[in-house]
Amino acid sequence: MDAEAYRAPPRQAGAAISASGRLARSVLIALLLLAIFALSALAVQPDEVLGDPVLESRARAISAELRCMVCQNQSIDDSDAPLARDLRLIVRERLKAGDSDGQVMDFMVARYGEFVLLRPVMSWRNALLWAAPVLVLALGALAAFFGLKRRRAVAPQRLSADEEARFKALLAEGEGAPPEGR
Amino acid sequence: MSTPDETPGQMPGPVRPRRRLWLVALPLVLFLALAGLFFSRLETGGDPSRIPSALVGKAAPTIALPPLEGLKGPGGTPLPGIDLAALAGKPTLVNVWASWCGPCRDEHPVLMQLAKDGRFNLVGINYKDAPENARRFLGQYGLPYQAVGVDPRGRAAIDWGVYGVPETFVVARDGTIVHKFVGPLTAEAVNGTLLPLIARLSGS
Repeated sequence: MDAEAYRAPPRQAGAAISASGRLARSVLIALLLLAIFALSALAVQPDEVLGDPVLESRARAISAELRCMVCQNQSIDDSDAPLARDLRLIVRERLKAGDSDGQVMDFMVARYGEFVLLRPVMSWRNALLWAAPVLVLALGALAAFFGLKRRRAVAPQRLSADEEARFKALLAEGEGAPPEGR
Repeated sequence: MSTPDETPGQMPGPVRPRRRLWLVALPLVLFLALAGLFFSRLETGGDPSRIPSALVGKAAPTIALPPLEGLKGPGGTPLPGIDLAALAGKPTLVNVWASWCGPCRDEHPVLMQLAKDGRFNLVGINYKDAPENARRFLGQYGLPYQAVGVDPRGRAAIDWGVYGVPETFVVARDGTIVHKFVGPLTAEAVNGTLLPLIARLSGS
């Protein structure tokens, strides 16, 4: 903050370009920097990119959901492995052939199993896993409910006949003499 | 606040302490069971990079792969490419290999041994390889295969769900994939898994 305040005046004083021109230039620089960094993060090679931008964006979205079987924790969109490249090309081929996104996913799952999907699907086989948090919560709620119920059931108890008699005797005694310690 | 000892009522005295002891031990038991499970998976769960094939139990892809150019069989005749339909009489071992793959070199003596077993076919898919390198590899280390199909772009291998070489599939007589070995075949894998499997497949 301080450094910025100190440097600002000279820049303004020597301003040969207008404020809007400066803005345009800084935006341009920012965009260039963005483009450079975006390129370095891409595993997708230029020769893979489809001509149709709509298909290409679908291909990118699908590739980001598919696991690279070689590097396992990367999507094929991120991975530089040769197999990932082959699979990216297949995704694009299938899209060009008119497959829906779901059909492309099914194609991959048929060959590599559900493991190829980075986001696991819900099915009867893993239903228990998905339901586990809810089940544990329900179990806890049940335990708490019955625990409290039992405690409530225990608290109010009638005196036995013996105790009743002693209590009455004590009361009668209390009426006769003043209470002690008060 | 009110412990059961202070309020002996409807509940018979000795039952509750016994039940509570059991409840007190429950978390410990659960913890030990989970810890045991995790530890056993950690120790014997195996290599997580070895993913079981999605194709086990399904029909093998009906591929016909062209032969490796210039490769001669034992009789001097050209070795055929892969046509699974022609191999249907016996169980078939499909080995995916490449000359550039180090582990393939390690498993090759095992394959040469297996080639002597007459109960099953042994065929090779030559994955993303240069034909002259593949021929030189087989010339140097021996030819265990009855047929070699070339897959220069790796497309057939993707149909087989291959994600690294070497991989070896066991295909039953009816063309279903029964088992997949990921990585080089070892003597233990052959004796422990493959041969019993072959015995079962050719027996029935």
